[in-house]
Amino acid sequence: MDTLDLRGEVCPYNFVKTKLALEELETGQILEVILDAGEPIQNVPRSVKDDGHKIIEVKKLPDGAFSLKIEKS
Amino acid sequence: MTEVNYALLKKGGFMRQRQKDNFALRLKIIAGRVRADQLPKLAEVAEKYGKGYVHLTTRQGVEIPFIQLKDIDAVKDELAKVGLTPGVCGPRVRTVIACQGDILCPYGLVNVEEIGIKADQRYYGKELPHKFKFAFSGCINSCAKPQENDFGSIGVVEPGWDGANCSQCHLCEGVCSSQAITFDSMERLQYDPAKCNLCGDCIRVCPTDCWKAKQVGHTVFVGGRIGRHPELGRELVVMVDDERLFALMDKTLDFYIKYGNRGERFGSTINRLGWDKFKSEVL
Ligand code: SF4
Ligand code: SF4
Ligand code: SF4
Repeated sequence: MDTLDLRGEVCPYNFVKTKLALEELETGQILEVILDAGEPIQNVPRSVKDDGHKIIEVKKLPDGAFSLKIEKS
Repeated sequence: MTEVNYALLKKGGFMRQRQKDNFALRLKIIAGRVRADQLPKLAEVAEKYGKGYVHLTTRQGVEIPFIQLKDIDAVKDELAKVGLTPGVCGPRVRTVIACQGDILCPYGLVNVEEIGIKADQRYYGKELPHKFKFAFSGCINSCAKPQENDFGSIGVVEPGWDGANCSQCHLCEGVCSSQAITFDSMERLQYDPAKCNLCGDCIRVCPTDCWKAKQVGHTVFVGGRIGRHPELGRELVVMVDDERLFALMDKTLDFYIKYGNRGERFGSTINRLGWDKFKSEVL
């Protein structure tokens, strides 16, 4: 599973990078992204959902960031 | 030369400039939308009769400066060909502004462009004690600045939670900017409606669609203004439907006509008579 650490990355680049990484994958493959709390977590999961992908697991990390596992549609 | 009726010209959207016999023509724009087929005509008129540019106002308006007095009728006729008409100034309902709401904004909860168009049809140019401004926003982000206007609204949504598919991911807790969502020591989700600002972020973020919209509507603000004595509009009522929203606009304007002194902004009328008096008459 690929992991994309987007801590420190601002909107909308964090989403754009997520989108590009997902494009590299085959349907059903999983991508993990790590996002800061606040604006990134407000925008990226919603946009990922809007694009039709599935968020299958979310974990809150000790530093307050979130780890998301996304299944490519 | 015939005498110039400045008051009439101003009412008709022509604003006298500091340069003699020059006018800036304010156009009637609704909810910030100008059609592509109107733009070439705007450019043509600005080139031919103005100084080759238009001015964008802070309230989604378009003005063509440096129109000569003698050209006023020709300019009106030219613009009318593409459905552009002069706007209004003075003591009446001004340009109605709106953001693009749910037409395209990811945060948008309601179609405020439609609300703006309807409000324009009903009230634009209506004579009042002083100027009166409407602004409508599709969500609490308030991009159209409804709280800075005499009457404004924001789109709101009441979220409802069904935990059957909840994976305890904490994303909704993470996005909620009002701390309305928390998890107790047993990892059970708690929702506090008293803290909720009705933004809908939880609904948009939940990966398993546990959060759903229970009710969508508008929260209304009245009495806001900037100018010389700035004051933000006060929240009149939370979560009303379109019909009630328009009923409140009707009643608010009636109240202003009935009680407002000439030259008194609406917020000052409310301040003078008291918030409770206003509320009791319109709610
Ligand atoms: S007020 Fe809300 S709906 Fe309107 S443009 Fe801003 S974010 Fe979008
Ligand atoms: S609607 Fe907004 S404020 Fe209310 S619980 Fe959801 S995220 Fe929090
Ligand atoms: S975002 Fe959805 S799945 Fe995650 S904790 Fe909140 S309700 Fe549960």
